[in-house]
Amino acid sequence: MRNQWRRPRGLILVTMLYVLWSLIPVAIAVRFSFNAGRSRSTWQGFSTQWYVGDPADAASVLYDPSLRFALNQSLKLALLTMLVATPIGVALAIGLARWRGRGSRPSNFLMLFPLVTPELVMGVALFLVFDNLYDFVSFGTVAQFLGHVTFSISFVVIIVRGRLFAIGRDYEEAAMDLGASPTEAMRRVLLPLLTPALLASFAIVFALSIDDFVISQFLVGGADSVTIPVRLYSGARLAPPPSLNALATVLMVITIGAIAIAGLGFKYLGRRLGSGGDSALETVGRFEI
Amino acid sequence: MPTNLASGTEYDTVGQKRWVWPAFAIPGVVWLSLLFLVPFYAIFAVAMGRIDPILNRPVPEWNPIYWDPTVFAEVIEDLFGGQLSSIALRTIGYVFVASALCVLIGYPVAYFVSRKAGRWRWLWLMLILAPFWINYLMRMMSWVNLLSPDGQVNQILGIFGMETFPDWLSGKHYVVILGLVYGYIPFFILPLFAALDRIDDATLEASRDLGANNAQTFWRVTWPLSRNGVLGGLVIIMLPMFGDYYTPNLLSGSPRTRMLGNTIDQFINQTTSQGSVGAALTIVLMVFVAGLMVYYLRTINRATEEARR
Repeated sequence: MRNQWRRPRGLILVTMLYVLWSLIPVAIAVRFSFNAGRSRSTWQGFSTQWYVGDPADAASVLYDPSLRFALNQSLKLALLTMLVATPIGVALAIGLARWRGRGSRPSNFLMLFPLVTPELVMGVALFLVFDNLYDFVSFGTVAQFLGHVTFSISFVVIIVRGRLFAIGRDYEEAAMDLGASPTEAMRRVLLPLLTPALLASFAIVFALSIDDFVISQFLVGGADSVTIPVRLYSGARLAPPPSLNALATVLMVITIGAIAIAGLGFKYLGRRLGSGGDSALETVGRFEI
Repeated sequence: MPTNLASGTEYDTVGQKRWVWPAFAIPGVVWLSLLFLVPFYAIFAVAMGRIDPILNRPVPEWNPIYWDPTVFAEVIEDLFGGQLSSIALRTIGYVFVASALCVLIGYPVAYFVSRKAGRWRWLWLMLILAPFWINYLMRMMSWVNLLSPDGQVNQILGIFGMETFPDWLSGKHYVVILGLVYGYIPFFILPLFAALDRIDDATLEASRDLGANNAQTFWRVTWPLSRNGVLGGLVIIMLPMFGDYYTPNLLSGSPRTRMLGNTIDQFINQTTSQGSVGAALTIVLMVFVAGLMVYYLRTINRATEEARR
């Protein structure tokens, strides 16, 4: 019998090759966003001109209107979506976890359905409904915002619900035994215990929204509602200058920053508030598509 | 539900009045009804509607009694024997080959990081999670760049003395399939990683104590215990792959690599007058993925039911 504790060389090799294959293309794209020349395949020296270059050329992320609008639009949508989808989702999670009457099962299914529906189907559905029924909603920012909140709510519910079940009802009941009213128990016991899940939800919704492509593209209204992913899609095959790489890199830094802040906060709060901190990475990781 | 006999008002265990919890759920339920359920129904209303002869645009029919299946029947006819049949077969082929490759590459990676990575596990985990935080379109754009005529792939091949290169980015099946694998494999690895991570070391030790060697332990203990993770990962990647149109568009853009999603994108986004064809095609797509959706729905539902107990 072979030694079961020997180093699994084959597995290490496969994993290493996989990691290189998955990250090197992106690393090259990031590197060429700092190219001094216009090429995206021949290195001509380091420069930040594609990020903050001269206003006169209008060729950098900062001064090319189409790139800057895309950055603005993505940030605006992500922040709005985060601020609206999270409270709705938290309330829905609390409601669904405790409501046992008639209507709770269909509502639960309604919440799960967006999670399993391909984005293309949701994109077509929203496009058709705004085109034919809700014609008072114009394509562009408003339609995109409504679409982003719609696909984000269920993710919030799943995150918050996991934490709700972990907390249980004991703390609230203890608070009420000590004289708190049900409302006070919720405000002063349940909601503080939910803070880590709340933070995770904010970050996940922000990341989901800023990274979304399909819904944003189907509901785009004109040049002013193009988001970063839509801009990358439309520009990628047209021999773009490295400023497109710079735009993509900015998006990557924003996403990683949001997730890192949430991950750290989740870990810190999780430790202070008890269970749940260890799975921070997994919780934050699992839902990001 | 305990009832407060004095007042007759019903309370639940944490002392809230019974209408409180549904009230919490109402904003979300209303939002999802208006912006998920109604739009979902709109697909059927448009597919089964008629075309306005003057404005030449689809008119949805909201009442199922008056549904007109003409357009839908044409699409179905095209699906069996027409041009659409080859697109549908190609879509299925791409998705199956790409999914199989994801399992072949993803399983060893997930297995290594979850069970064999030792003290550097956290670093490996960060590395396999990294693609999650990088936008899909950025990852595809990177490949467009690498595979372009003067791109790095051709530069490297040039070093090895190759003179003529294929035009990678126009109508190559293997390029599109590799793009799909590259794009979706992280989403396969993560659920599988979680499933493998949950396996208790004691079960594997027990298997060895009972005389199984490494291969036997793997095939008779580890693999069966990770099967649900493989299935879950497959469902998670196959659902968006069936609805993909941007990967073939970016990495090929040729009619030879057209997928079902491309036709839908074309009929909805590029020609509004054909909206009813696009809607009918979307219904076809949903029939394709219905089994996957039901499986996924049941899995999530079971997971939450268990957590609830």
